[in-house]
Amino acid sequence: MSDTNTKRMTYLDALGLAQREELEGRDDTIIMGEDISLYAAGGAYGDIDASRVRSAPISECGFAGMAVGAAITGLRPIVDLTIANFIYLAADPIINQAARLRYMTGGQFKVPVTYRASMWHSQANAAQHSDRPYPMFMNIPGLKVVCPATPEDAKGLLKAAIRDDDPVIVFEDNDLWGKKGDVPLDTEFVVPIGKARTHREGSDVSIISVSGSLRHALKAADELAKDGINADVIDLRTLLPLDNEAILATLAKTGRVVIVDPAHRTMGAAAEIAAIIVEDGFDMLKKPVKRVVTPDVPIPFSPPMEAPLYPNPEKIAAAARELM
Amino acid sequence: MKNDVQSEAYLRMLKIRGFEQAVTQLVTEGEVPGAVHTSIGQEAAIVGACMALNRDDYISGTHRSHGHPIGKGAELKPLMAEILGKVTGVCKGRGGSMHFTDKSVGSIGESAIVGGGIPIATGAALTAQVRKTGQVALTFFGDGASNEGVLAECLNMAAVWKLPVIFFCENNGYAAVTPARSSHGQPDVAKRGEGYGVPGVIVDGQDFDAVFKATEEAVARARRGEGPTLIEAKTYRFDEHCVGLFIKGGYRSAEEVNQFKNERDPVTLFRTALLDSGMSESALVEIEGEALKQIEEAVAFAKESAFPDPEEAFELIHANPIPIRR
Repeated sequence: MSDTNTKRMTYLDALGLAQREELEGRDDTIIMGEDISLYAAGGAYGDIDASRVRSAPISECGFAGMAVGAAITGLRPIVDLTIANFIYLAADPIINQAARLRYMTGGQFKVPVTYRASMWHSQANAAQHSDRPYPMFMNIPGLKVVCPATPEDAKGLLKAAIRDDDPVIVFEDNDLWGKKGDVPLDTEFVVPIGKARTHREGSDVSIISVSGSLRHALKAADELAKDGINADVIDLRTLLPLDNEAILATLAKTGRVVIVDPAHRTMGAAAEIAAIIVEDGFDMLKKPVKRVVTPDVPIPFSPPMEAPLYPNPEKIAAAARELM
Repeated sequence: MKNDVQSEAYLRMLKIRGFEQAVTQLVTEGEVPGAVHTSIGQEAAIVGACMALNRDDYISGTHRSHGHPIGKGAELKPLMAEILGKVTGVCKGRGGSMHFTDKSVGSIGESAIVGGGIPIATGAALTAQVRKTGQVALTFFGDGASNEGVLAECLNMAAVWKLPVIFFCENNGYAAVTPARSSHGQPDVAKRGEGYGVPGVIVDGQDFDAVFKATEEAVARARRGEGPTLIEAKTYRFDEHCVGLFIKGGYRSAEEVNQFKNERDPVTLFRTALLDSGMSESALVEIEGEALKQIEEAVAFAKESAFPDPEEAFELIHANPIPIRR
């Protein structure tokens, strides 16, 4: 049913709404994860057909792999891996099976599975709970990787992931779970995978944002505007595939680029974005590309050590000013 | 009816044996790219399990992948073409020897990641349960894979959720060249089921009837909604871990190998059992001729088939394709 209304809700509630709509809307959709029927991130589903809501034992490799077997035989599983670091325990079935089974079987199967992984950085959880692992999965052909940065995109991209016939990993920024925004209530609303979104138009410098960096990028843009520097701010939203067109389009507008990526510096998403800019847009560059990223250190526990490691508005604005 | 099952079982065992011999010959002729692992010696375990399943029941398996889909009734030509990397291969040249998959007979993926097929079949059983289709799933794995943690995880989840899945261990005694006796705390994989609430059954993997009967019981239990069974078929791999691999110094004695070949060959044992049960020599010879014919046709088909166009590497990656840069 089409509904043109929106409702103000948190990023987490938007994810929960997406799951509920897809679980209620089609009987091939199932959800699996630890504690899922009683205490799930985004809502409990105790009222939905119990056979499709599976509270799993703490066996990430097992249930992430079972989801692949379920996906190739006709179900559409949503696997909530909860904290993003746990995806390493499930990496084998995601990488060796989900990403490759269609290809390795000559197209005999589609693999419509969605993995949710929430990145709990900047909350004093130390290095085993604070990763932002999306760059590793950008290096896996066969996968799709999305990183929603607003409640609207959280709903739209999670729904797109569930409906997609390929394996999609949804990396959530846990810092955003409590942030509110207007979310379309239309049950057919989806955000297309592979499309960036421009959040602010400007002609002086481009700020290309990854994941939860968007709010910092927009704050930085406000600061820069006070000095008469107009930033063009885009949120990539999908990291695999990257929206190369949008990257080059913002470059063409400004000739100056700051890439903001909360992953670590070496081989982070920013590295690939920078490579695209240099390979395909070198002639449009007025200055070298700048990266505002997390340095290559394990995330420490103590807040005064942790907080300064991540991108923030000050670092972004400073990087932009250096390009002017 | 019993005769029909036994005739078909004999044909499938011969097809596996003949297919593997033909592939080995093709390796020596230099026609086969990549590694090849044969199932010779394990035919009764494979076919005994498969004959207890319906065509639309699911199987997953291992890098030793040829026997499983053949045992499930797959056509040989696309399998042989896949071995040679041809465009007519069952996986269109994208999988090769270790990754046979033939959806048409319920074969949903052989995995070269040891233990990789276990959660795949367990997940297929989940689908059958959620959709109430009455199907079951069976996963073949080796004694080596029994030491992968994912088996423990899946045994437990299958028991908790009473999934219609059969965990079928082809225990051939060696994980590549490591003997099970030096990698298992106790020799029986089946005993590991009990700890997870999964009944464990040990059968003589060289005896078709024993394997068939044990699997039939496990399948019936699964279809009744009573959950999984762990079957361990004690079997033996006649050839090396992979064709052309010879380990200096040896890890098993020639005497042991010869004893199995001479006294415990599942094809010979089954042939004798069929004669004893009243099947005629001429009926057996007819089946043997049919197997040989299918293998010769498969080899000819594979050799005549074209290689894929290199551009095809960029196809069939996604169901909803994304741009892939050349």
